[in-house]
Amino acid sequence: MTATVVTITSGKGGVGKTTATANLAAALATEGQKVVCIDADIGLRNLDVILGLENRIVYDLVDVIEGRCRLRQAMIRDKRLPELYLIPAAQTRDKSAVSPSDMVRLCNELRPEVDWILLDSPAGIERGFRNAIAPADIVLVVTNPEVSAVRDADRIIGLIEAEEKGPARLIINRLKPEMVRRGDMLDIDDVLELLAVELIGVVPDDEQVVVSANRGLPVAMDGNNQAGKAFKNIARRLLGHKVPFMDLEANKGFFDRLARFFRTTGE
Amino acid sequence: MTLPKVEIKGIRDGLLVTVGEASWETQREALLAYLDEQSDFLQGARLALSIGNQPLRPVQLGRLRDEISERGLTLWAVLSDSPKTQETAQNLGLATRISRPLPERRIARLDTRLESGEQTMLVKRTLRSGYRLENTGHIVVIGDVNPGAEIIAGGHVIVWGRLRGMVHAGAQGDEEAMVCALELFPTQLRIASQVITTLHRRRGKAVPSCAQIVDGAIVIRDWDAH
Repeated sequence: MTATVVTITSGKGGVGKTTATANLAAALATEGQKVVCIDADIGLRNLDVILGLENRIVYDLVDVIEGRCRLRQAMIRDKRLPELYLIPAAQTRDKSAVSPSDMVRLCNELRPEVDWILLDSPAGIERGFRNAIAPADIVLVVTNPEVSAVRDADRIIGLIEAEEKGPARLIINRLKPEMVRRGDMLDIDDVLELLAVELIGVVPDDEQVVVSANRGLPVAMDGNNQAGKAFKNIARRLLGHKVPFMDLEANKGFFDRLARFFRTTGE
Repeated sequence: MTLPKVEIKGIRDGLLVTVGEASWETQREALLAYLDEQSDFLQGARLALSIGNQPLRPVQLGRLRDEISERGLTLWAVLSDSPKTQETAQNLGLATRISRPLPERRIARLDTRLESGEQTMLVKRTLRSGYRLENTGHIVVIGDVNPGAEIIAGGHVIVWGRLRGMVHAGAQGDEEAMVCALELFPTQLRIASQVITTLHRRRGKAVPSCAQIVDGAIVIRDWDAH
């Protein structure tokens, strides 16, 4: 096996990088892939909580890099999906505990063992971000359909190009179809027109995501909801499948859709 | 193999390290060897690096920057005669000039460049948020200028694409300077000492437009009107 290293980043904080990482990891593992996710947000770790693995941390990323444990010892295996592993971040240190070349070395050591390495980047454009993109083969930029998040995504995409890690691919997270329809939220075309990068997925806003994150059970692991499906689709696109983009209006009533049909054909 | 000579001297903003001409790998090796050797003396220093004509790609320079930071040092500027290296350094957020004058051959080159003031900088790429282009002459961009990007020109600015960032034409006071773009919606537009802010996007298809100073105020006209 030679793993592909995927870094999930955004520039702006709070757009859903960690949620996306957890869900993509879960979705890839569900597809039978062997996945390790690494929390590169040293000092502000979250990924363990969202994956529900917080209470099983013994060793962390900094322990591996500073040689206090072997790589294997820091890999926490998810009991629900046996092909899913987490290397948590250290909570008591900061970004300077790790350098970009440490991350490259770590990923190279992992590559023969697994299919996918997902790296959850911290917000910002400083050391932590550079640590996270140094080993990347693919960079996924997460943004929300909001002007400030898109602005930061644009900056990040520029930096990724400058580091020759591009072209980045885009995940638009927390889209509210209802607001877009009223014209109160940027739509997908507005975002793509500005960022001019390939779109790999659109995740609708879904309360269930928050509920699941609090429970430590990523939506992509658990049954039927739109956000979970959207993450599964992104995972399948990473695997090279052609998956059509979801119709985010699909669960609207019949009359709504009928009305829309007449509106669009009437124009 | 003999390694090129590494010279170091104190400047106002830290230390200037000059590496003799050689292939990049050799220069890099010589530099790192020197830094390791002098690590006690250099502890925590801010380094400006002068590397002659070497054209460097972002991966090469980025790697060096990381290697330097691993040694507890900071690389803050890269001085080079190669435009490629200058661009790379700027993209990585490194300075390409230091306040102290450079060795003489470079001053001579820079002076001849600046004298005419009519030099045009042509950039064929999209300027994303955080990029800044500066030129004492004109600037032509083939591509979009996104919000958060900045263009500052002594002369005219022409954007063959959407202009949505900040643009300043005639930055040294030239009131004849113009700003033209296929879609002109800058967050802020300045010509000489005049400023206008947020041009709202009109509905419908955008037309190429041009901004210039008429009777002491910035006026924007559709290109067809000319």
